[in-house]
Amino acid sequence: MSASTDKQSAQHPAFYAIIVMLIIMSVGPIALMLINSFKLDVDIISGTSGLLFMPTIQNYETALCDVLPYELDHLDFCSLKFGGAFINSLIIALVSTILTLIIGCMAAYALVRFRFMGRDTVSGSTLMVRMVPPAVLLVPVFGLWNNEFCIDKTSWLGAWIREEFGGRGDVCLAGTHSGIILIYIAMNLPFVIWILQSFIVQVPRQLEEAARMDGAGPFQVFFKVVLPLIKPGLAAAAIFTFRIAWNEYLLASALSDRDTKTVPILIVNNMSEFNVEWGVIMATGMLLAIPPIIFTLFASRQIITGMTAGAVKG
Amino acid sequence: MSTATYNRLTPYVFLAPAVVIMALALLYPLGYMVYGSFRDWDPSQTLGESTFIGLKNYVTLWNDPNFRESVAVTLKFAISVVTVEMFIGVGLALLLDRKLRGMSLLRTLFILPMMIAPVVVGLIWRYMYHPTVGVFNKSLKSMGFESVDWLGQHALLSVIIADIWQWTPFIFILSLAALQSLPRSALEAARIDGATGWQQIIHIKLPLMMPVLIVTGLLRLIDAFKVLEVILVMTEGGPGLSTEILALRISRTATEFRELGVAAAMSNYLLMMLLLLTIVMLAYNRIQEYRAARAVRMIEEDV
Repeated sequence: MSASTDKQSAQHPAFYAIIVMLIIMSVGPIALMLINSFKLDVDIISGTSGLLFMPTIQNYETALCDVLPYELDHLDFCSLKFGGAFINSLIIALVSTILTLIIGCMAAYALVRFRFMGRDTVSGSTLMVRMVPPAVLLVPVFGLWNNEFCIDKTSWLGAWIREEFGGRGDVCLAGTHSGIILIYIAMNLPFVIWILQSFIVQVPRQLEEAARMDGAGPFQVFFKVVLPLIKPGLAAAAIFTFRIAWNEYLLASALSDRDTKTVPILIVNNMSEFNVEWGVIMATGMLLAIPPIIFTLFASRQIITGMTAGAVKG
Repeated sequence: MSTATYNRLTPYVFLAPAVVIMALALLYPLGYMVYGSFRDWDPSQTLGESTFIGLKNYVTLWNDPNFRESVAVTLKFAISVVTVEMFIGVGLALLLDRKLRGMSLLRTLFILPMMIAPVVVGLIWRYMYHPTVGVFNKSLKSMGFESVDWLGQHALLSVIIADIWQWTPFIFILSLAALQSLPRSALEAARIDGATGWQQIIHIKLPLMMPVLIVTGLLRLIDAFKVLEVILVMTEGGPGLSTEILALRISRTATEFRELGVAAAMSNYLLMMLLLLTIVMLAYNRIQEYRAARAVRMIEEDV
C-alpha cells in the first residue's frame, strides 16, 4: 500500500470506480431534475424512464409565460408569473451582493489597517451571527419592517412617495425590494468582512505607503491599490453572498408582497398545491439552480477556499 | 491639520455603514424579539399595543407537548444527520486522500448540492420519494419489491437521507483539506517505522485531524438546527408532527397560528440552544490555542 501511494499513475481501478459512483450519487438527482424539466407530465408519470422521450421546452415556456414576447398555444391563461419573480430575484440578489461587498470591504480594510478591533472580535462575532437561524429573525423582522421602519405618510418624503408610486398607509420597508435587501446585507456582512480581512492582511503595506507618497488620499489608496489586489477574496465573498440572497426563502416570504415575490416563494407556493405539475416545477427549479451551478463550475476553487476558511479557522 | 483630522476620521467613515446596518437590521431585531417574547402579541398589533405577560409564553411552551415533540424531532434530526455525515465524510476523505486524477472534478461536482437552493433540493427529493412517480419506488417495483411509503411512514428518515446527500460533501472537503495539511514528517516517520495503513489512520491521522473535525462537526450541528426549507418543501412538517423541526414550528406559529409572542419565545429557546453550542465551540478553540502555545513554549525552553 505504501509503495502505491508514492506513484502517481498506478492507482487501483477500484478507486476510480468509487469516484464514478460518488459522482453519480451527487449529481444524479440534479441530472434527473434537468431531464424531467424537458419532459411532458405524461412522460414523467407514465414512467418511460431513461432517455427515450421527445425533449420539449414547453415547461419552460409555461413557467416564463409572463415575459415571453409571443403567445403560447398550449396555455389559455398565464397563471404562473415566474418571469416577474425571476427579475425580482435578480434585482434583490445582485443589489444586495454589490452593497454587501462595498460596505464589507471598507469595514474590513478599516479593521485591518487602522487596527481597530482584534481579529478575534470579528471572527467571534462572525460565528455568533452564523449561529442565528433565519427562522429566529422571522418574527422581529416581520414586526419591525411592517410597523417601525416606516416613514409617516404625512411627512414630506412619505407624502412624495405615496404621490409618485401610489398605495395607501405609511411607507414601510416591508413589501419593497429594499426591505429584503437590507436584511440580506445584514446577514451576510459579518462573513464577508471576516473573509476579506484575511485577504487584506496579505497586501503589503509598502505598496499603500508608496501610493500615499505619490499624494493619494485614503479612498484612492483603497480603491486603486487595495481592491485590485484582493480580487480572489472578493470573488469568494461575492459567490457566498449571492448564493444566500438568491436561495433564501423564509425571510423573503415574510417581507414580500404580491409584486416583490422571489422565485423560491413561487416554487414553495406551487408545491403545496394538491396537483403538482411536475414538469413545470422541475423547469422552475432548474431556472433557480442554474446561476449557482454556473458559479460552481467556474469558481469551485474560490468556493472551497471560502468554505474551508470558514470552518478550519473558525 | 485638515489632512490629519481627515486621516483620523477615515476608519470611522469606513466602518460606519457596516456598523449602522448591523445594528439596525440584526442587533435591534434580536433585542426586539427578546422584548416581544414577554408579551401577548398578535400580528394585527404593534408591539407597543400588546400587553406584558411576563414569562407566560415560556411557561406555556415548556408545558406544551407539541413543542416538546418538536424539540425532540429537531435533536433527533440534527444528531443523526451530523453523526452519519461525519462518518461517511471522514471515511471518504481517508479513502480518497491520494493522488488521483479527476480529484478536482470530484470536488467541484461534490459542492453542487450545497450550492443550489434548499427549496430546489427539497423539490428534487420530494419528486424522487413520490409514491408512484418517484424514482425510488419505480426502481423497487421494477426489481419486484414492495414500494415504500417514504414521506409517510418513514418521513423523518427520508428527510435525514436528503440532508446527508446535501451536506456530506461539506465534511468530506473540510476533512480532506485537514488531511492534506498534516505534517508530512509525522506520516513519513510512521511509514518508516512500518505502521500499516490502519495504524497510521488511528494513531496519527485521526488524532492530528481531531481539532478540525470537532470544529467542523459543531459547525454542521449548528447548521442542522437551521434547516427549514428542505423539510418544508418535502413534508411541510408532516405527517402529524413527525418532521416538524423547531425552525418550521416557529414559522408556523407566527404565520398560521398568528401568535407572535409565543413564536418569539420559541425563537429564544432555539437561540439559547445554539448559543450554548457556539460557546462550547469557542471554548474548545481557546483551549486548543492555549495548548498549542504551551507546546511551543515548552519546546523553546528545552532548546
